Amino acid sequence: MSTLLEVRGVSKRFGGVVANREVSLDVPEGSITGLIGPNGSGKTTLFNSIAGTHPIDSGSIRFDGHEISRLRVPQVARLGIVRTFQQTHVYRGMDCVRNMQISTPHSGDTLLSMLRESTAAETERALQLLDFVGLYGKRMLPAGDLSFGQQKLLEFAMALMNAPRLLLLDEPTAGVNPVLINGLVDRLKRANAELGITLLVIEHNMRVIMNLASRIYCLAHGEMLAEGSPATIRDDPRVVDAYLGAT
Amino acid sequence: MSNLTVLAGAPVLLVQLVVSGILVGAIFALVAYGMALVWGVMNIINIAQGEFVMLGGYVVFFLDRAGIAPVFGIPVAALVLYVVGIALYHTIIRRIVGRDMFTSILATFGISILLQQLANQLFSADIRTVRSGLPSLFFADGMITIPEVDLVGFAAAVVVGALLVAFLRTTRMGQAIRATAQNARAARVLGIDTDRVYATTFAINCAICGAAGGLVAMTWFIQPYLGLTYTLRSFMIVIVAGLGNLAGVIVAGAGLGVVEDLAGFVLGSEYQTAFVFMLLVVILVGRNLWLARERRSLR
Amino acid sequence: MRKSGRGVAAAIAVAVTGLALPWIVPSITTQAAFLWLMILFSLTWDINGGQMGYNSFGNVFFFGVGVYACALVQRDSGLSYYAGLGAGIGAGALAAALSALVLGPAMLAIRGHYFAIATLGLSIVAANVASAWEYIGAASGIAAPLFPGAIGDRAKFFYYLLFALAVLTFLLVRRLYRSRLGLAINAIRDDEDKAEAMGLHTTRYKVFAWSIAALLLGAAGGPVGNLVGFIDPNDLAFAGATFGVWMVLMAVLGGKGTLWGPVIGAVVFHVTQELFWTWLLGWQRVAMGLLIVVIVVFFPTGILGWVARRRTTAA
Repeated sequence: MSTLLEVRGVSKRFGGVVANREVSLDVPEGSITGLIGPNGSGKTTLFNSIAGTHPIDSGSIRFDGHEISRLRVPQVARLGIVRTFQQTHVYRGMDCVRNMQISTPHSGDTLLSMLRESTAAETERALQLLDFVGLYGKRMLPAGDLSFGQQKLLEFAMALMNAPRLLLLDEPTAGVNPVLINGLVDRLKRANAELGITLLVIEHNMRVIMNLASRIYCLAHGEMLAEGSPATIRDDPRVVDAYLGAT
Repeated sequence: MSNLTVLAGAPVLLVQLVVSGILVGAIFALVAYGMALVWGVMNIINIAQGEFVMLGGYVVFFLDRAGIAPVFGIPVAALVLYVVGIALYHTIIRRIVGRDMFTSILATFGISILLQQLANQLFSADIRTVRSGLPSLFFADGMITIPEVDLVGFAAAVVVGALLVAFLRTTRMGQAIRATAQNARAARVLGIDTDRVYATTFAINCAICGAAGGLVAMTWFIQPYLGLTYTLRSFMIVIVAGLGNLAGVIVAGAGLGVVEDLAGFVLGSEYQTAFVFMLLVVILVGRNLWLARERRSLR
Repeated sequence: MRKSGRGVAAAIAVAVTGLALPWIVPSITTQAAFLWLMILFSLTWDINGGQMGYNSFGNVFFFGVGVYACALVQRDSGLSYYAGLGAGIGAGALAAALSALVLGPAMLAIRGHYFAIATLGLSIVAANVASAWEYIGAASGIAAPLFPGAIGDRAKFFYYLLFALAVLTFLLVRRLYRSRLGLAINAIRDDEDKAEAMGLHTTRYKVFAWSIAALLLGAAGGPVGNLVGFIDPNDLAFAGATFGVWMVLMAVLGGKGTLWGPVIGAVVFHVTQELFWTWLLGWQRVAMGLLIVVIVVFFPTGILGWVARRRTTAA
């Protein structure tokens, strides 16, 4: 397995606060990799750095061998990296189907191509994916009318519609009804196995991430604390300390 | 540009323009501070700001014509505009606090047009001015002329500004206003009547504009359509200085006054207003580019 | 199916009324011509306003560019009347669209209320420059060339020209909102950061949408300048305090972000204004200011929004 995402020595500070210090990690292609750590450890900041939301102070981020740390958000997205947010971001004024239709991959788009209507194939795929996440029945509702958990599912479906190579998921199960979490985890695994999408997942729910990821990285206070298989991480006293120390 | 070479050849002229600019800039800063107050406390950008200035100027003008000197006329103008502010708050402004910015801009734009056209209908479009009867002071062998009334205007602007700052720092209402600006919900929880705070803030702003309008009538002139220029000047000063930055507002106000005077001299007075608005656009575009380098954006 | 049937019926009714009006009531031809202009104004504003979330207070800039471009072509090109007019309208549309393409990337990078004020500043700069620039007549403006037909025919001719432009605008805008570009600008309105994070070429689409509005506004400039007969930089071409803010208002009144909202808003607004003028004369403008406040405060979702809410509460 080749390394799809290679983060080396990335540091980012905001004013006086160092959010990430010399963080490095590897995400093998086709894998599900986990990123854990207590609140404030810099996980979302790292996601933002990868996605291009802000420039990094030092270090390198390579995607499929290419340096991407200087690119802007839309450029990173068009290379095949899609991320979801802790607070859901969907197009609240549009119905679910339209949310999906505008989430197709945009790397080949020209003005001319945008002047046509959505194709039957695109709409079909949109409906398929809505069904995959269980939102088919709500497809004509405005996205703003969905519940928080449903918006998370829509956001996930939109991400899949974008056909990414790497999906950065920021706490996908947070705020989701516990009854529905297993179904969500199942869908994440299927997206990885059937659609070949590499996942990098930030999670607080230990049961979920141990079940989901093949490799886990643990951040604490902005630095990489430990890395390894779920079993290794679970038994690492430093990880336990970091979480207990944070509470 | 021949005017530019004239300027280069006579530095005394530059001094003249700078001094005049600073004097008029004090009035700009005063009006801008009022706008910043309403913006910071109520999250409303008041497009009718300049119209309140205009109305204040007319009050002083008509009082002066009736024999009441501006030194009394200006406080009366402030009072009149205070009452106008209270009335406007309870009829209109109260309903748009808490709504989005677009609504407040559009609504205050409506008020601006209403007041502007009302003034046009009632007072005609003639240019009015208040003769102060004060002499001019001459410096540097008569090369620099400073009308005494400009100095009076400057001093008055400073006094009003100082009174305002003292009010906000020392009185209970002033503190309530500052608390509401920081966190309206917390202020309410602490028992502050935010509705009264908003009404007072808006009315105080109108009063400030009224006083400033009297100064404008004395040092310059008044006509029904001067409002928008003042509004956009205030806006420019506020976004350059940032909300809550009094020193910044003073410096930016003085700076704008100087820049306008220079532009008026070099480009000609017909282009002076165009220059002011062009500067606004440039500032907004430039500020956005500066923020974009940090990959944030103006919101 | 019912919805589009209603839409088609409404469109036909409007089209028939529009075509027949100058023959039925010839005395109001000029005012009716302005109705079509208002519809064009509000529809083009809504492309960037209600549909894209960029509330411009300076779209009248493009209109003014069109007015002057046409007037200059008619004055200086030496062409015969109709050729000059045609070339002028084309020049107006082109000049306006080009200015949108040039100014767009910088202006549309500014968001929210700052964008609103920046565009307001732009239109006022134009008004002031036009008032001072000798070549285009400065404050005295430019007079349109004499119409080569009978006096009554002039109003009719430009009425139909503006009617055609309004219809064209409606059809173009309807096509746009059905396309993926329509989806894109709605996405930009609802969550521009999300749109960027999904890889949309947001700048490209924003500028293009603004250019379409500019193109149509610029094309309308020539006919209006010729209809009025005289171009005043402040009161006609770059009329920021009237046309500029009315554009926004009409779309808000009818219901921004919809296809028919701006049309309905323009009709209601224009008719109200004409009635005000008849009854109130000089106080008309004061009443307009008051109307703006009333609309914004009490009808923020517009007529269509109000109707929709009544329907859901009744059902």
